[in-house]
Amino acid sequence: MTPGEPLVRWDWIASHLDEIVLRLGEHLLLTGLAVLVGFAIAFALAMAALRWPRTYAAATWATGILYTIPSLALFALLIPFTGLTLLTAEIGLVGYTLLILLRNIVGGIRSVPPEATDAAAGMGYTAAQTLWRVQLPLALPVIIAGVRVATITTIGLVTVTALIGQGGLGYFILLGIQRFFSTPLLVGAVLSVALAVAADALLVLAQRALTPWARPRP
Amino acid sequence: MIDFLASVVAWFADPAHWRGEDGIPTRLFEHVQLSGAAVAIAAAIALPLGLYLGHTGRGGFVAINVANLGRALPSLALIALGLVASIALGLGLGFWPTLFALVPLALPPILTNTFVAVRAVDRDIIEAARGMGLRETQILREVELPLALPLILGGLRTAAVNVVATATLGALVAGGALGRYIVDGLALQEYDRLFAGALLVAVLAMATELAFGIPAARSRYSGSARPSDL
Repeated sequence: MTPGEPLVRWDWIASHLDEIVLRLGEHLLLTGLAVLVGFAIAFALAMAALRWPRTYAAATWATGILYTIPSLALFALLIPFTGLTLLTAEIGLVGYTLLILLRNIVGGIRSVPPEATDAAAGMGYTAAQTLWRVQLPLALPVIIAGVRVATITTIGLVTVTALIGQGGLGYFILLGIQRFFSTPLLVGAVLSVALAVAADALLVLAQRALTPWARPRP
Repeated sequence: MIDFLASVVAWFADPAHWRGEDGIPTRLFEHVQLSGAAVAIAAAIALPLGLYLGHTGRGGFVAINVANLGRALPSLALIALGLVASIALGLGLGFWPTLFALVPLALPPILTNTFVAVRAVDRDIIEAARGMGLRETQILREVELPLALPLILGGLRTAAVNVVATATLGALVAGGALGRYIVDGLALQEYDRLFAGALLVAVLAMATELAFGIPAARSRYSGSARPSDL
């Protein structure tokens, strides 16, 4: 960005490969942890919503408010209490995944045709067996669609957690802004987009492998 | 905890924080101005394009996939790319790099929702309008647009909420707006300022969400995006 300086300095990238790999790993770890914890909480909320339908409105309202709060603001609201820590980053990141995951888990299970659950009941399945062997497998495409959106969103949000000192690819973007140096800035931006695209593709493949019956027949 | 919240209340009560260049009214105005400009520019591009593509039924693949691509673009990366573009164009720091980041962020939801909304209008209604001798532009303006309005407003709402949220990050590239309090509060470890700024941003984001909810609810065809409900 400084006049006379090339947009990308390949020698900088070559000499910082170790750090790039390290930040990429941090990024993956922060994302994976958030989506896993988020899924566990959303799953519990979804089970409660299916059992006691009234809790669903309350849960979507609360997670909807969390979702509307801008990421930097949510981190900033937590910092005075939990400091510049991993916990602050993860509370925020997990919070953002909840609405999407909850909606898709509940929506997926509710869209299972009643014929399928009736057939399961007729075969003597208990409620738990029906859930695990019939409803959840049939709801899987919708649930994985939610996981895809949650993962992509989280990968984007993790770049912001660099501001509270938690590393990830956002570290390079901030470094680039502070030093007015376009190379790390582009490294961070390009890699985080590439990571989102790769994670999405991987989840699509996972869905195909898990739901062979949903594949279009040749 | 109580002491901290009291310090936040004291921060808001301090008259010095309500005037001048770094006062709440100025920062709020900057935030709304920047967000408004970004959404207006994005709407000026995406609305006509979405209406045209939806009306002709062309380019559906592009209109849908641009939304997925937009979701994959992290906001901080957009700010970074906006900064590179702004410096390259000699426009400097602050307003311009943030605006460059916000417009591409606002485009996808408006384009996709407009396209989907127009496509979702019942083909029979359009055939009837055509049979009554309406011209294509009349069909678009008098039939498709009113029926598609609730979904289009939904797209504008998503865009506006995202833009208001991301405008906060403009403070990282020396922009004004409410993000200033958060970034400065973080840098100076003044947590009352940080917390107050975060509250202001959160309230503004929610107000934006609600503000777009009102016309959508008042619209005659609200909630009926599916042709079967019309």
